[in-house]
Amino acid sequence: MTTEPAALASEPETATAPVADTTDSTVTLQVWRGDPDGGAFAEYSLPANEGEVVLDVVHRLQAGPAPDLACRWNCKAGKCGSCSAEINGRPRLMCMTRVDELPPGPITVAPMRTFPIIRDLVTDVSFNFAMAKLVPAFSPPPPPAEGYRMQQIDVERGQEFRKCIECFMCQDVCHVIRDHEENKPAYAGPRFFIRIAELEMHPLDTNDRRDLVRQQMGLGMCNITKCCTEVCPEHIKITDNAIIPMKERVVDADFDPVGWLGRKILRRSKTSPTETAAISAYPGPSPSAPAG
Amino acid sequence: MPEYETHRYDVIVIGAGGAGLRAAIEARARGLRTALVCKSLLGKAHTVMAEGGVAAAMGNVYSEDNWQVHFRDTMRGGKYLNNWRMAQLHAQEAPDRVYELESWGALFDRTKDGRILQRDFGGHRYARLAHVGDRTGLELIRTLQQRAVHMDIDVFMECKVLRLLTDGDGAVSGAIGYWRPTGDMVVFESKATVLATGSIGRSYTYTSNSWESTGDGHAMAMWAGADVIEMECVQFHPTGMVWPLSVRGLLVTEGVRGDGGALKNSEDRRFMFDYIPEMFRAETADTEEEADAWYEDHINYRRTPDLLPRDEVARAINSEVKAGRGSPHGGVYLDIASRRSPEYIRRRLPSMYHQFMELAGVDITSEPMEVGPTCHYMMGGVRVDADTEASTVPGLFAAGEVAGGMHGANRLGGNSLSDLLVFGRRAGIGASDYAEGRSGEPSVSPAEIEEVVADALSPFGRDGGENPYDIHQDLQSCMQALVGIIRTGSELEQALEKLEELKERTGKVSVSGGRAYNPGWNLATDLPSMLTVSTAIAQGALHRKESRGGHTRDDYPGPDPELGKVNFVQRQNAQRGYAAPVQITPEPLPQMPAELQALLEEGH
Ligand SMILES: Cc1cc2nc3c(=O)[nH]c(=O)nc-3n(C[C@H](O)[C@H](O)[C@H](O)COP(=O)(O)OP(=O)(O)OC[C@H]3O[C@@H](n4cnc5c(N)ncnc54)[C@H](O)[C@@H]3O)c2cc1C
Ligand code: SF4
Ligand code: SF4
Ligand code: FES
Repeated sequence: MTTEPAALASEPETATAPVADTTDSTVTLQVWRGDPDGGAFAEYSLPANEGEVVLDVVHRLQAGPAPDLACRWNCKAGKCGSCSAEINGRPRLMCMTRVDELPPGPITVAPMRTFPIIRDLVTDVSFNFAMAKLVPAFSPPPPPAEGYRMQQIDVERGQEFRKCIECFMCQDVCHVIRDHEENKPAYAGPRFFIRIAELEMHPLDTNDRRDLVRQQMGLGMCNITKCCTEVCPEHIKITDNAIIPMKERVVDADFDPVGWLGRKILRRSKTSPTETAAISAYPGPSPSAPAG
Repeated sequence: MPEYETHRYDVIVIGAGGAGLRAAIEARARGLRTALVCKSLLGKAHTVMAEGGVAAAMGNVYSEDNWQVHFRDTMRGGKYLNNWRMAQLHAQEAPDRVYELESWGALFDRTKDGRILQRDFGGHRYARLAHVGDRTGLELIRTLQQRAVHMDIDVFMECKVLRLLTDGDGAVSGAIGYWRPTGDMVVFESKATVLATGSIGRSYTYTSNSWESTGDGHAMAMWAGADVIEMECVQFHPTGMVWPLSVRGLLVTEGVRGDGGALKNSEDRRFMFDYIPEMFRAETADTEEEADAWYEDHINYRRTPDLLPRDEVARAINSEVKAGRGSPHGGVYLDIASRRSPEYIRRRLPSMYHQFMELAGVDITSEPMEVGPTCHYMMGGVRVDADTEASTVPGLFAAGEVAGGMHGANRLGGNSLSDLLVFGRRAGIGASDYAEGRSGEPSVSPAEIEEVVADALSPFGRDGGENPYDIHQDLQSCMQALVGIIRTGSELEQALEKLEELKERTGKVSVSGGRAYNPGWNLATDLPSMLTVSTAIAQGALHRKESRGGHTRDDYPGPDPELGKVNFVQRQNAQRGYAAPVQITPEPLPQMPAELQALLEEGH
């Protein structure tokens, strides 16, 4: 049997994948079990329950045949990003993957491959916490007397990236580090590219992080394969909305370092007439609308 | 001698949800050596799941709002069992804490004029909840986490604390736990210790809480000799998912009703109009027309009964289902589809949309949701001094859900996230002051450590003993059936007997496998906390012979004015631990000053 978690399947699951027969009364899981010294897939079959997700089956295994089966979870609602695993070869949240959506037959569940194994489905994701430290703290100018004012349309850009639940599946799937341990020290990965992009797009931001993303975080190594965007459970457009604009900006800045200052990407530090029109047309929440 | 590593700090904070993070930031900002310990990875605590928002009387949407109104709403919601001083500090300081988050990078939704937008929630007179769509908890925890990361706070992730350690005089001077990835033991010596361990929901079958919510902090405080109060007051959130079974209990945010959703029974009737209690009659709409008009204009219309405090709504749903007017899977309907446009719903409630679509196959923009009560929040907890969060044991502080008093008999939605910020900060200050004033280095007892380690490892030494998963399931069924949303004396007595049996079985637990990341062993070490907390809940419920807030007695259906003047205080005396008895005594509530009393009596 394998001594390594399964390799990533190259084909994304298609929407037309056959749907399991829900009257089928058993569900079979092949779960990778092992530790840093190696391991193998173990197969378990249980009676199927209606509407279950893969994490439910893992929990039933723990309460039954595999009481020491290690996995992480917290919210069971796709909100905390704890339960990432490679299900049938694709990084997915176990708590948001319904058994009846997967093709019939055994379901393989393996730990994320990019991170060292702790036990079974649990990996050592400390790489990500180390990278988080590289991102300098947000430091806005002091607030004016009446408090900061920001328009909804401006905060929405950053809000897209702040939806990130730190499941680290984009990190897992990124080929720059997936099979290249040697790249890790110099490559922060997509989760932290969006963190930088978020700060850059923050209406109150004042910092310049170009050298940081280029030199310490390895933005140049990304070759825009978009695998990260495909696996993001929050549907964050990591490549289109963060990586590509940042790459453009870093290049621009090399040619025109002064012009850059007035042109922080996607930010409206100075409001143009067309943008003002866009704001007043914005149908967003207002004090008189329902719910404030 | 058992093997363990030892770490020495000025302040350790146990729990890295909103309360723990905020406390650690404060202690570290004072320059103290600070550690933050949590059972999961950083950023995964239960706080991340909070949806609707953080309550603060900023007055951005209704300038009529101010701390006095917020104070009054909180006390009324809590059926006056609250610690008045906590409710006052909370109402006064919440706006500053929210603005502070903004200066630390949080991006709240905005009003048209660019200020922080606020939304309606149950029991709040004005639109008061600052929010980010329906993922406010994520914004809060991430902002605090990103702040903490740069402050040189030592974070012990996936490290579970088993017990607090005390010095010869009974002051808390540290804690002992283990690393989940290895099972290796860790001892902390600390001048001050802050508990911020969150909730207790895992003792119930249907709960919105994560696996971490086993009441460890409540129990550890009791085992260290601290007082806990109001343990009978458990909040059942009216709207949890009911189908499919695998997601039963998962939360459906009150924001759905705040944003226009209405509760209906199987006869398509908006039944909440039939359940308006006397206390809220004057301020609640009694026709559908008025209720719907209120969403647009809070000044000239009265609020919809769909947004009565949670205890009222949960009981109403329970009654409808009992009367046979429920939905197919034993809940009622929550309908926003017929009341708001699909675009509005998707923009305001993106994660609810996602949650129902992916987990239940229900499109909430075109069909109603099925919902029912779920165990959600613990009002009761460690008795603290309102200003410093000091517990009744020297060296021990508590903040957030593990602390008691702030919310009285029932918490208003949104008042928890603000509680975490206000009292997390105050606990950080209280603990820092204490640590700076404590002379000498704290000492812990090797004998005590040895005992805790032996206890924790004992399940490995037994063969063919009790299965921890079975005991947990039996505990959940017991609490769900006998100490649930509607309680009665005979059932509570039965529950207490059953809990004694479960304690005996817990003494015989055996686990297989090794110490490294072993969930079976983990659960075995959670059982003592759950049993201590469950005992306190059932015992408190038996003694509070009235119905008030989250605590409802079938055999005492109304409030008793005399019992409204007391807290039930529980503690362990000479004997400590999950198998030892818990004493319970009524004690008078702190006396409220006349000027605050007057606020409560003011008309509306
Ligand atoms: C689904 C949901 C939605 C909610 N929505 C809202 C809302 O919109 N507004 C609102 O105000 N409130 C809301 N609440 C309530 C609110 O989220 C919680 O009350 C609050 O987050 C609790 O925060 P806390 O800091 O006290 O603890 P938690 O966030 O629960 O954190 C507890 C911490 O303690 C640690 N811990 C526990 N035991 C141990 C131990 N033995 N050793 C080491 N560490 C330990 C855990 O690892 C964790 O880090 C919601 C709750 C839920 C479940
Ligand atoms: S687009 Fe860039 S960051 Fe994303 S997976 Fe590909 S190489 Fe990695
Ligand atoms: S960006 Fe998406 S995939 Fe990456 S960690 Fe965040 S939520 Fe997960
Ligand atoms: S358990 Fe939280 S995302 Fe799956």
